[in-house]
Amino acid sequence: MSYTGWILLTASLVGLSCGFIGVLLILRRMAMMADAISHTVLLGIVTAFLVTRELSGIHMLIGAIIAGLLTTVLVQWFHERGVQQEASIGVVFTSLFAIGVVLIATQVGNAHLDVKHTLMGEITFIPWEKTHIPWIGEVPEAVVMLSAVLLVVMIAILAFYKEWKITSFDPALAASLGIPVVLMHYVFMSLVSVTTVAAFDAVGAIMVVAMLITPAAAAYLWTDRLGIMLVLSGLFGVISAILGYYIAAWLDTSISGSMAFATGLIFMISFIGSPKHGVVAKWIRPQMLSS
Amino acid sequence: MMPVLTVRELSASYRKNQVLNNVQFNIKPGTMTSIVGPNGAGKSTLLKVILELHPKLSGNVSFFGSTYNKSKSRIGYVPQRGSVDWDFPTNALDVVLMGLYGQIGWFKWPKKSDKEKALAALSQMGMADFADRQISQLSGGQQQRVFLARALVQDADLYFLDEPLAGVDAATERAIMDTLKVLKEKGRTVMVVHHDLQTVEDYFDHVLMLNRTVVAHGATKETFTKENIYRTYGGTLRWMGEKLG
Repeated sequence: MSYTGWILLTASLVGLSCGFIGVLLILRRMAMMADAISHTVLLGIVTAFLVTRELSGIHMLIGAIIAGLLTTVLVQWFHERGVQQEASIGVVFTSLFAIGVVLIATQVGNAHLDVKHTLMGEITFIPWEKTHIPWIGEVPEAVVMLSAVLLVVMIAILAFYKEWKITSFDPALAASLGIPVVLMHYVFMSLVSVTTVAAFDAVGAIMVVAMLITPAAAAYLWTDRLGIMLVLSGLFGVISAILGYYIAAWLDTSISGSMAFATGLIFMISFIGSPKHGVVAKWIRPQMLSS
Repeated sequence: MMPVLTVRELSASYRKNQVLNNVQFNIKPGTMTSIVGPNGAGKSTLLKVILELHPKLSGNVSFFGSTYNKSKSRIGYVPQRGSVDWDFPTNALDVVLMGLYGQIGWFKWPKKSDKEKALAALSQMGMADFADRQISQLSGGQQQRVFLARALVQDADLYFLDEPLAGVDAATERAIMDTLKVLKEKGRTVMVVHHDLQTVEDYFDHVLMLNRTVVAHGATKETFTKENIYRTYGGTLRWMGEKLG
């Protein structure tokens, strides 16, 4: 496949995984937790590197899951002891991120790991870091990892669809029906962490947040069905990835930045033009009723 | 007859204030009990503590002579309407189906027979025409009927309802009370947090008068007296003087 093809595939895989996960994130009113985890996974990655001294996919995934769960547990722990939810998120994620930054600066040295890379990602280099897959041939490592994560995300959503639906909509009823609300929450947060770390190497922390929140927020404006919202959100993620790449090529600018910009563009179009909840539709509807 | 619910020396706090103190009562099967008391008396907290949605400080609750965990499938709960996000992307039929999620089990999707059950429950509440309607586009009364339909599909032996008649229209109030009466006739037990003292005598055969602890509990006729109302509400209920004069 061509250089452009690999970049589009990588970014589309990010768009799909993040789009699916993002729907559940915003319906659970946890958009800011995505921001938090996208930063604290840095600590998980650095710690995994310090323990194993190698930057391999599986170590990073495990480190990220631990960091993501630690963030979730700490935020909840402070909140239960009287700290406001948002304040708790702010305190925990900046502190853990800072520890990660300090560790990179003092312990890691020249490894392929730095703060700028973490925040912005380097999707341009992805097509060159290839690995051999039987029957398929040379495939970029990021594509392999992102495909595996997308598969896990899709299986998990299909397997726990009704559990996550009910624990998002009515946790009290879910608990009274015997559904393990807390366990389902941590399984979900693990999934957020895995998705984030896989996407993060390719596109950086900022774009992970854009891809997690914005396509889902746009999809929310188009439909009243959860299943359709999931499909639309994934689709918007992929469109943003492709559109963003061509904007970047046209303006000769940052690829991940342009993709994040494209998610914003899709959101604005939805916000104005969606037939269900768009501004224009809301403005037209009362006039149609009165005429 | 063995009580369906036994509460012993139950205490609980909410944001560091003790709201329930040494609450104690038994509920007999086939009864319909209203829980009444002033604001802050701990009515909703009592339901949440009984259903282990809120931690207790001390005390003991048993269902059908067994534990809560072993009785979950026999218990139905209707939370306050305001406790969920009605903008959630789902329709009325889906919300009713959620009442069956516990029975459907892990890794399985609702079957056609489950959907038929849910639709039948919606019809029973006069809501069949609204099955596909997004839940934010229902009126408050219709939303409450959807919640009731969801409780019906659970087919429980013991139901807890938290203010099901708050802010609903007259037709919904009638539909809900008719449904609860049918449940009672089938031998089911119903407990309702209720705020309208004027209808207690018409609607419920038992009353639990609560103000952080049980002030009075028993058959409505003998228990819902002027003295007990004053003891429960204290001086906060001047207008009741006119009614009970």
